[in-house]
Amino acid sequence: MKTTYLIGALALGLSTAPGYAEDYFPVISKGFQHQFWQAVKAGAEEAAKADGVKITFEGPETEAMVDKQIDMLTAALAKKPQGIGFAALDSKAAIPLLKKAQAANIPVIAFDSGVDSDIPLATCTTDNLKAAGVAADHMAELIGDAGEVAVVVHDQTSKTGQDRRDGFVNQMKAKHPNVKIVDIQYGGGDQLKSTEITKAILQAHPGIKGMFGANEGSIIGVLNGAKEMKKKIVVIGYDSGKQQKAAIADGSEAGAITQNPVGIGKCVVDSLAKALKGEKLDKVIDTGFYWYDKSNIGDGKVAAVLYD
Amino acid sequence: MTDFALAEASAARSKMVRVAALQKAVAFVVLIALVGYFTIAAPNFMTEANLVGILQATAVNGVLGVACTFVIISGGIDLSVGTLMTFCAVMCGVVLTNWGMPMPLGVVAALVFGALSGAVSGLIIAKLKVPPFIATLGMMLLLKGLALVIAQDKPIYFNDTPNFSMISNDSLVSYFWPTFEVPNGVLILFAVATLAAIVLNKSILGRYVFALGSNEEAARLSGVNVDFWKIVIYALGGLICGIAGLIIASRLNSAQPALGQGYELEAIAATVIGGTSLSGGRGTMLGTIIGAFIMSVLTNGLRIMGVAQEWQIVVTGIIIIVAVYVDMRLRRSG
Repeated sequence: MKTTYLIGALALGLSTAPGYAEDYFPVISKGFQHQFWQAVKAGAEEAAKADGVKITFEGPETEAMVDKQIDMLTAALAKKPQGIGFAALDSKAAIPLLKKAQAANIPVIAFDSGVDSDIPLATCTTDNLKAAGVAADHMAELIGDAGEVAVVVHDQTSKTGQDRRDGFVNQMKAKHPNVKIVDIQYGGGDQLKSTEITKAILQAHPGIKGMFGANEGSIIGVLNGAKEMKKKIVVIGYDSGKQQKAAIADGSEAGAITQNPVGIGKCVVDSLAKALKGEKLDKVIDTGFYWYDKSNIGDGKVAAVLYD
Repeated sequence: MTDFALAEASAARSKMVRVAALQKAVAFVVLIALVGYFTIAAPNFMTEANLVGILQATAVNGVLGVACTFVIISGGIDLSVGTLMTFCAVMCGVVLTNWGMPMPLGVVAALVFGALSGAVSGLIIAKLKVPPFIATLGMMLLLKGLALVIAQDKPIYFNDTPNFSMISNDSLVSYFWPTFEVPNGVLILFAVATLAAIVLNKSILGRYVFALGSNEEAARLSGVNVDFWKIVIYALGGLICGIAGLIIASRLNSAQPALGQGYELEAIAATVIGGTSLSGGRGTMLGTIIGAFIMSVLTNGLRIMGVAQEWQIVVTGIIIIVAVYVDMRLRRSG
């Protein structure tokens, strides 16, 4: 296993060397150590193989490291690639560099939360507002369209955090006026912190009927917290992962929204390849999402986008 | 150890005992005041379930604080405790889940890798003379990276070892006192703190911890094998981080390789709030445990009150500064 790692690292090192004959696309993501990004990476690598291009995939350690990501983008530009895939942590901070890419005629495809600019030729993304709204509808249905619910989000500054929170909250306000959101807290995606947050929320609001966790780390915390407090509540999550899938299978979690991370990765590389051939691209490419629960977790199209 | 170094250490300790007693009293008063305040201000704070929750939330930080206390009293610092904890959890996962070994071996693996990593920090500090801040900063990153590489960026789950989650979550107390379900993680915290206090105050190792921290040169001149004891102290800290690794892995039923960074600062904060001097030579285990409880009561109470999270962080920052200020004032007047 270790040798494969070494060889992989060497190959990666070689592929970034200038003068390589194949087209080279550095893909800069928002992270690498979460399952979600690993799945995006897998999709990007799959597409790279199919399209006959070379890619590298990297991202900063946490989603707060805007500066590190900018360094990565700078380094990627310096390699004079044929195209760049980019998921901005802070969409405004990257604009000067993206202008440089534009000036050098390097096509940019944005993914995940996108970039606040018209420089990227296309953005491969999940409509998180809409998806979180679907989560809110399911929550309302499961608690009988009335009662208290709370939300645990990964962070308040990223676009995915804001969109999932707002999508959930706005849908509740608009369509389910009898459901009251009593608390929204942020756990940084840290499973243990999210556990403590959940316990504090359940302690402060004993009448809570349901909780929504807006990413994998948050939902693991919600599940743990509810279990430790021995509370039976309706739990709705986001993304997948082994633990969350098991919770949905055994009924402790009612269901979750899954994005299509493999599809996002594929979309980035395919769009770059198309851009090089001069094909026209849609400005926003919706890579889709699914609601999944016990009943459809095994279905082919759902199972295909879930990761362990 | 010669008479001179012992006298030096014991003089330092008797002064330390005076000041630390006062400091502990202050920390304890702060803790009681916080609990009192939240009881009035936050409905649902003073319930059995929430108090047990606070105890449980203190387990990881408290155990890491104990590790930091040894190192800091000896005049060092350990920035690697958080990621070392994670590394130990991952090694435990490798042994139990990837290799399918029986549970006791996984527990031993966490402790052994903890002690070994700590010993490596100690070696770098004692033999290569790299300052502790830098050496353990390096180890923090090294262990974080290793944990990710070994776990292949994925969490390792303990589903094949069903008893593993009992380490932290089951309640031994409830077998004797059925209505009082204190999770084992809390018992482990108190056991570790008690043993650590005994080692610190009653053993040769404890004496050398204080001797190194109050005057390393004097200790060296009186023939103490300073390098050797430094390595032992960091190894002991690492071993204790291994225990924290078992608690967190058991609680999450998984080794999460991306966790850990940031936990070292919370552990150091608990240690400092509890009256351990960052310049070494002074500190108590009881103080550290009180410090850890101050931090978790604060977080829990502010959350239950519904204080915005941004302000929770601000308040925690203020408490740390005030605690250290009080500590310094007492030291001057003590």
